[in-house]
Amino acid sequence: MYTAEMRELIKKVESTRPQRIGVNFERMTPAEKEDVLRENHPDYKKENFRVLRVGKNKGQKVPLELANLIEANSRINNTQIDLSKINYDVDVLVIGGGGAGTSAALEAHNKGAKVLIATKLRFGDANTMMAEGGIQAADKPNDSPAQHYIDVMGGGHYTNIPELVNALVKDAPGVIKWLNDLGVMFDKEKDGTMITTHGGGTSRKRMHAAADYTGAEIMRVLRDEALNRGIEVIEFSPAIELLMDNEGKASGAILLNLETGEYVIVRAKTVIISTGGAGRLHYQGFPTSNHYGATADGIILGYRAGAELAFADTIQYHPTGVAYPSQIFGALVTEKVRSMGATPLNIHGEQFVYHLETRDVEASAIIRECLVKNNGIETPTGVKAVWLDTPLIDILHGEGTLEKRVPAMFRMYLKFGIDMRKEPILVYPTLHYQNGGLLIDENGQTKIKNLYVAGEASGGVHGRNRLMGNSLLDILVFGRRAGLHAGEESKSIDVKDLNIKHVSDYNKELLENGVVTERVSPMLLPHYTHGR
Amino acid sequence: MSPQKMVDIYILGKRYSVPDSLTIMDSMEYAGYKLIRGCGCRSGFCGACATIYRIKGQKELHFHLACQKQVEEGMYITQIPFFPGDKKLYDINKLEPNADSMAQLYPEIYSCIGCNSCTKGCSQDLNVMQYIAYAQRGDLEKCAHESFDCVMCGICASRCPANITHYQVGILARRLTGKYIAAETEYLIDRVIEIGDGKHDHSLEELMGKTLSQLQELYNSRDIEK
Ligand SMILES: Cc1cc2nc3c(=O)[nH]c(=O)nc-3n(C[C@H](O)[C@H](O)[C@H](O)COP(=O)(O)OP(=O)(O)OC[C@H]3O[C@@H](n4cnc5c(N)ncnc54)[C@H](O)[C@@H]3O)c2cc1C
Ligand code: FES
Repeated sequence: MYTAEMRELIKKVESTRPQRIGVNFERMTPAEKEDVLRENHPDYKKENFRVLRVGKNKGQKVPLELANLIEANSRINNTQIDLSKINYDVDVLVIGGGGAGTSAALEAHNKGAKVLIATKLRFGDANTMMAEGGIQAADKPNDSPAQHYIDVMGGGHYTNIPELVNALVKDAPGVIKWLNDLGVMFDKEKDGTMITTHGGGTSRKRMHAAADYTGAEIMRVLRDEALNRGIEVIEFSPAIELLMDNEGKASGAILLNLETGEYVIVRAKTVIISTGGAGRLHYQGFPTSNHYGATADGIILGYRAGAELAFADTIQYHPTGVAYPSQIFGALVTEKVRSMGATPLNIHGEQFVYHLETRDVEASAIIRECLVKNNGIETPTGVKAVWLDTPLIDILHGEGTLEKRVPAMFRMYLKFGIDMRKEPILVYPTLHYQNGGLLIDENGQTKIKNLYVAGEASGGVHGRNRLMGNSLLDILVFGRRAGLHAGEESKSIDVKDLNIKHVSDYNKELLENGVVTERVSPMLLPHYTHGR
Repeated sequence: MSPQKMVDIYILGKRYSVPDSLTIMDSMEYAGYKLIRGCGCRSGFCGACATIYRIKGQKELHFHLACQKQVEEGMYITQIPFFPGDKKLYDINKLEPNADSMAQLYPEIYSCIGCNSCTKGCSQDLNVMQYIAYAQRGDLEKCAHESFDCVMCGICASRCPANITHYQVGILARRLTGKYIAAETEYLIDRVIEIGDGKHDHSLEELMGKTLSQLQELYNSRDIEK
């Protein structure tokens, strides 16, 4: 429910609406983009980053909150763990049951491997479940993988690793077909034509969707399939450290049963880290769109074992997080809302940025409008925000469109007394996605033997900025590739003794570099008290 | 900023005073709980936080997602973080999209007594009994669409006197619809074959060999579909 002051301001939005309809706001020039990013994007706020003192990326900067977890003590320091009591002995251990992990598990299983998925919360409680907008793939006749490639590289400011982008765009149509054949209900016309839209930075309408439950639809189908195949899943059991063998190859993990507090030892021929993102680290005090378990655990485990980070200093702030009502502060308003024509407006009801710039530019423009130009709308909790003129959607595409195409958004707002078909909504950027992560190659391999990474925990595919719809794609492309490769490799691997020497080595390195701290990582879950 | 208004709520029967602006989920954390079960996406998508409450002095039970419902004075709250619903295992490639598949895997749908408790309990306000009726009739496509927004929180199954696990019926209908009933996308199949035949390798290799300025030129001058 809006306050009286807000309702007053909405009148301004309504009064400028007729003049705005059908008028396209000018896109920024490359130079203007550069300026708005430098001035406003959180990645450029140097004081919120710190140079790492240990590990493979020593000397490089990452966000403070991540540095604190990287430079922290293992949860198993000073704990006696008997590595000879093996609870699970498998070919492929998948750490993290989101979209990347589950697709990896399915493909490894196809290869005949014995697969175990260990996950922190319920199976499927993951960022994948929350993806709303869609998934990119260059399948339509007017599109091509090459066209997709150019968009990905431009979006990533040409920093992406070309071989990874090549794999991403080339596998994309195959991924859509795979999902379709598993029974994912994509939005289609009667004749089978996929209903696709633009996303920020796309040159073709190649965003495939399942209403605004795209990730949920994909995740629940993959989960159902993994259960049908009889793949073993242990829930509420996060990995807290990797295990290595005497040759320094990855060979399992220590899990923590969150309910009983017991340790679980998994021996595995290959290990796939698919633990997702880091939104719950709340970089620079931002709210987040991410699920409860997005705490960068996999990055911590992999880094401690000697894997390398790439682009870990670049974070995606989604331009449109919920700014009001406070109960859903930080939750995502899918980009699809803008794809369908809703535009951002300031307190005067004026548009100030083209509505589909790439996310970093769009978010920066919103931050500038609120904090530099002081044209934001203040909410009761003291947050500044801009309008997103959602009633435009039904005006442009006909009544009923909004409810049909973004039912989850519509329902979420309605639960808190706002009808976004009739009233604009208040938004501000929210911490959304980790662009970088552990460096991988085309098969998801790290430079640590038998250690793979897939999905949001990996780095290199998106360079410094990811486009909408390329993450769902990424997790499936590289999840499947990692699963296939690990499944195949595990046929010729023989794991011998397990050890955790890398943890004591890491402790030593911390000491040698003057890091003395009480901090413990991985974080596993954030702690909230809501102001108490 | 306006001062906080507090309300009394009862979590598993214990009274706590919490700000009235919080969701049920946040209020539990405010009360001092560190959530492990019953909390996933915190945005209404995963169904981990199914919650039942009753307002003090009233009889009626209410069903919501804890992350999507604001607290109210006098709420008696409990969560259902897990419900032992029945999921049947099947090979999707061997099923046919008809009533027989449904009847074989989930025969209990025919025991529905029409009490409508499932619909009344749905945290997403779906017409659950209706989608079960579609499943009974073998109208899988309708069942799929009617159940599409389901987050599989499990409340429906917990309320059902006929032991139906509605959300598993829903996902079976959806998978059969997505795979068999919805029309095939011809151009998608063609594109996958083209890629398999290596028809796009050359253009991609060429792009991978471009210099930064060549790529910038291509990007900045690319035509954008209207
Ligand atoms: C609200 C929202 C909307 C989005 N919309 C889109 C979109 O429209 N299109 C798009 O392409 N992308 C979108 N994204 C991004 C995309 O959904 C994610 O980047 C992607 O799904 C990540 O998949 P994943 O499998 O790598 O990680 P996740 O799906 O997050 O899965 C990781 C899993 O690992 C588990 N885990 C974490 N730590 C541990 C541990 N220590 N041990 C064991 N398990 C652990 C987690 O609990 C989780 O289950 C969106 C993201 C969000 C948050
Ligand atoms: S926590 Fe996912 S629906 Fe509430």
